[in-house]
Amino acid sequence: MNAPIDHGRDGMGQPALKDAGAGAKVVALPAAAAVVALPRATGKPLSETLAPLAKSVLVTVLPPLVTIALILLFWQIAASGPQSSLPPPSKIWEEARDLITEPFYWAGSQDIGLGWRILVSLQRVAIGFSLAAIVGVLLGALVGQSVWAMRGLDPVFQVLRTVPPLAWLPLSLAAFRDSQPSAIFVIFITAIWPVIINTAVGIRNIPQDYRNVAQVLRLNQVEFFFKIMVPSAAPYIFTGLRIGVGLSWLAIVAAEMLTGGVGIGFFIWDAWNSSRLSDIIVALVYIGVVGFVLDRLVAFIGAIVTRGTAAQ
Amino acid sequence: MTSAYLKIDHVEKTFQRGSATTNVLKDVSLVIDKGEYVSIIGHSGCGKSTLLNIVAGLTPVTEGAVLLEGKEVNAPGPERAVVFQNHSLLPWLSVYDNVALAVNKVFGRTKSKTERHDWIMHNLDLVQMGHAKDKRPSEISGGMKQRVGIARGLAMEPKILLLDEPFGALDALTRAHLQDSIMQIHATLGNTMIMITHDVDEAVLLSDRIVMMTNGPSARIGEVLDVRLERPRKRLELVSDRTYIAAREAVLKFLYERHRFVEAA
Repeated sequence: MNAPIDHGRDGMGQPALKDAGAGAKVVALPAAAAVVALPRATGKPLSETLAPLAKSVLVTVLPPLVTIALILLFWQIAASGPQSSLPPPSKIWEEARDLITEPFYWAGSQDIGLGWRILVSLQRVAIGFSLAAIVGVLLGALVGQSVWAMRGLDPVFQVLRTVPPLAWLPLSLAAFRDSQPSAIFVIFITAIWPVIINTAVGIRNIPQDYRNVAQVLRLNQVEFFFKIMVPSAAPYIFTGLRIGVGLSWLAIVAAEMLTGGVGIGFFIWDAWNSSRLSDIIVALVYIGVVGFVLDRLVAFIGAIVTRGTAAQ
Repeated sequence: MTSAYLKIDHVEKTFQRGSATTNVLKDVSLVIDKGEYVSIIGHSGCGKSTLLNIVAGLTPVTEGAVLLEGKEVNAPGPERAVVFQNHSLLPWLSVYDNVALAVNKVFGRTKSKTERHDWIMHNLDLVQMGHAKDKRPSEISGGMKQRVGIARGLAMEPKILLLDEPFGALDALTRAHLQDSIMQIHATLGNTMIMITHDVDEAVLLSDRIVMMTNGPSARIGEVLDVRLERPRKRLELVSDRTYIAAREAVLKFLYERHRFVEAA
């Protein structure tokens, strides 16, 4: 037990830094030797090229693993008592093993793996979020570009964006009379505000120089939008999209709890109604991981698209 | 009078911010011939950039007019290309694409795709930047960026090329390099060019005429000096040339004796 705890301490603060410095030295020495020996050996040995890679993987993967292990351990101890109202990890493993190990089983319309449920929820998010992204960027461009649009629309946006996602649900159920489009609408209305606001800020911050270039070239509105506005405001737009995708993932779970169907949100509600606490905890982990992946995915696309824009 | 290529006719510019009004330019008139290289020099804040922006059409005049080949200009356009002080290249486009944006916009209808490609490369080669066509602006030096800016301006085949302190942000050696390039381009293509500068040597070396502006507010054209130096001009030979020294002295006297920059103004 001693070893992981030690590593845990290494993961944060000073000791880790010292450790890394020492580690780098150890790697650097054989590399220097290889430089001397270069005339003889043309390529570096495989072990030498792999060593830094393995090290970096170790440095990034090990600390969170240790943290998780510690949390599980603490949880196990805390929830093991006979009066505990929540299941310990060992009990979750016993009760919900099939959910953890087989995300994509299919045994009837309501008895399906969590992977399928996640996919259903993701599909709703994909539709709602894409709509929010398109409409949000267009509205943001309008608000950012036109002073009068800003004066007229901005106060409305500022009020509407504070309305919690679920407060829209009854209205949208009344309007669409169907749970599927209602859930998508809730995603849309949740994700659109940060996209609008960030796009508008990005467009207001387009340097006058770029506008001058566009004017000298006599770019028309459409050309200006695609060739100057969107690339120039891309870092801001992607910040908005990233916040938006996070919010939509928050909203879909809540919306599905109320609308039913096969989504991950309804699964949690269903599990609660039949007192399957272990299933709920497994579902929470799924939701967390998918939310994390979504966030990183948008950040990754943003990093590719805005290459060069940020660095000037 | 209609024979003038570019005519700046009694231009007046007043900026209004709230209740405060600032008269920047007062009654500025200037006639520029085709193929002429004219420098505008003056202390900072004298409105020389404003004057250039007015010719470019980026800033509207309060009174007066700018006429190019007898036609009034009041909007920006590619026939009056601008080389901006801070290059203003679009950072998300490569060097080639920055020039291509201009070429495709200006010649999209009149030139075929291969013709446009050749034209882009021709202009990049003209400023010796053909080798860096795939680089992004962040990957090249300040001098190279300005070269690309010049290539973009030239590629629009403008009637007048407007240079707004094009070498202001560069170190002395790079600046000399680019001045030579500009002289060569001017000699080869015979473009009409207006350049803003605050560098006396640069103005004398490059220009046919130097327009000296008085201090703002209400800046006017103080004096116009003809630089009667043979072209091609060689930087080293000019150092001891009588005409060069006299021209230089005249500009310096104007700037530092008669129109000293008053800090409080």
